[in-house]
Amino acid sequence: MDNEGPETGAFFARDRQWHPKALVPEYKTSILRSPQKAPISFSNTASEITGPAFGHDILGELDNDLIHNFAEPGKSALGQRIVVHGRILDENGRGVPGVLLEFWQANAGGRYRHKNEGYLAPLDPNFGGCGRTITDKTGYYVFRTVKPGAYPWPNGVNDWRPSHIHFSLFGSGFAQRLITQMYFENDPLIPLCPIVQTINNAAAIKQLVAQLDMANTIPMDARAYKFDIVLRGQRSTMFENKRQGN
Amino acid sequence: MAPPLDQLKETPSQTAGPYVHIGCTPNFANIAGVYPADLGASMVNEKTLGDRIDIEGKIFDGTGTPLKDALVEIWQADNNGLYNSPAETRGDADPNFTGWGRQPTDLETGVYRFKTIKPGFVPFPDGRMQAPHISFWIVARGINLGLNTRMYFSDEETANAQDPILLRIEHQVRVETLIGRRKGDIFTFDIHLQGEGETIFFDI
Ligand SMILES: [Fe+3]
Repeated sequence: MDNEGPETGAFFARDRQWHPKALVPEYKTSILRSPQKAPISFSNTASEITGPAFGHDILGELDNDLIHNFAEPGKSALGQRIVVHGRILDENGRGVPGVLLEFWQANAGGRYRHKNEGYLAPLDPNFGGCGRTITDKTGYYVFRTVKPGAYPWPNGVNDWRPSHIHFSLFGSGFAQRLITQMYFENDPLIPLCPIVQTINNAAAIKQLVAQLDMANTIPMDARAYKFDIVLRGQRSTMFENKRQGN
Repeated sequence: MAPPLDQLKETPSQTAGPYVHIGCTPNFANIAGVYPADLGASMVNEKTLGDRIDIEGKIFDGTGTPLKDALVEIWQADNNGLYNSPAETRGDADPNFTGWGRQPTDLETGVYRFKTIKPGFVPFPDGRMQAPHISFWIVARGINLGLNTRMYFSDEETANAQDPILLRIEHQVRVETLIGRRKGDIFTFDIHLQGEGETIFFDI
């Protein structure tokens, strides 16, 4: 098996024990937004296996550089400079090429550039908070940013989000769509966060924690964090259902 | 004990949170000048084949209040039932139709809206035809794992009655929740996250 050509088999069933449950009362917003009936399962059709392709031609030069993509010419965002990089793999361990990654985050002070955001930490005039890239042939991605600050949020009276970067991933199929968050190694807020704790499994939470990667740090510039992400794998197409009667 | 299969686990999902627009529709979030346009904002051009339709609706929480911070993506076949995708094995789709749309719900009203075309027929793996449908994926604050559903069309009663997926739904009274209602060229498809009319969501 190689990475040439798209996969066309059905995706492996999602492990819904590994993902957070829809209803986790400690994350209060989930109470009124969680479906109460069981989802109905069916095996993938072309509607789930296919998905749009995103070419590298959609990318601007600074799309994967959050330090500069919103900054005035000659200026840069405030904060601890970091590089985030890793590979997007499927459940078979193969790199997934052509994955669209979009990321968003608060600035170094923990403030988002958004109309609905009211935290008193100031905006950084040179930081927008969005970026994107597409994985190469081996599934590798890299972007540069500043380390986001922790911020308080209305849930309990004193709930704080650990520093995190939101990731949206678009692999080859619509059923592979995933949104998740990346956390930073050794952050003491991780075990206290009700959103992290919607995942009831320590090994699964560990998959969301990026590790400091000193080998790939850029001397006198930016530390590196390594963050690999796994998307759903696909069956080979050898024994798909054929027409009725075959 | 048998040795473990050499298989990785899918990275667990986390909520898209209240600021998903910053990452996925930054122009909508007033973060101008980073990307020329929001991805998925436009699905059709003047050459796209097929019947032009709008799809619009709201997403309601358990109190009947519309979500004003959600993001909706749709994926659908072209006029001939082909997907504009490298993984499409049956032929070449209309190059003037992307098949993929992404829209936020309006910050004031909660309405989402797509300008698209009515899709053709796509086969089920066993060769039967599925009724025309559009795949939906919904993320928002408070939704821990993106929700998958499908919209079918109110003017396709015969096809809907033979659709392999709709037929297997045990509580047929719930099929209603998957039907977009036609009025002129607008199909209204409201999504209910909870309650009596809870929309059918799929584990695909
Ligand atoms: Fe956040």
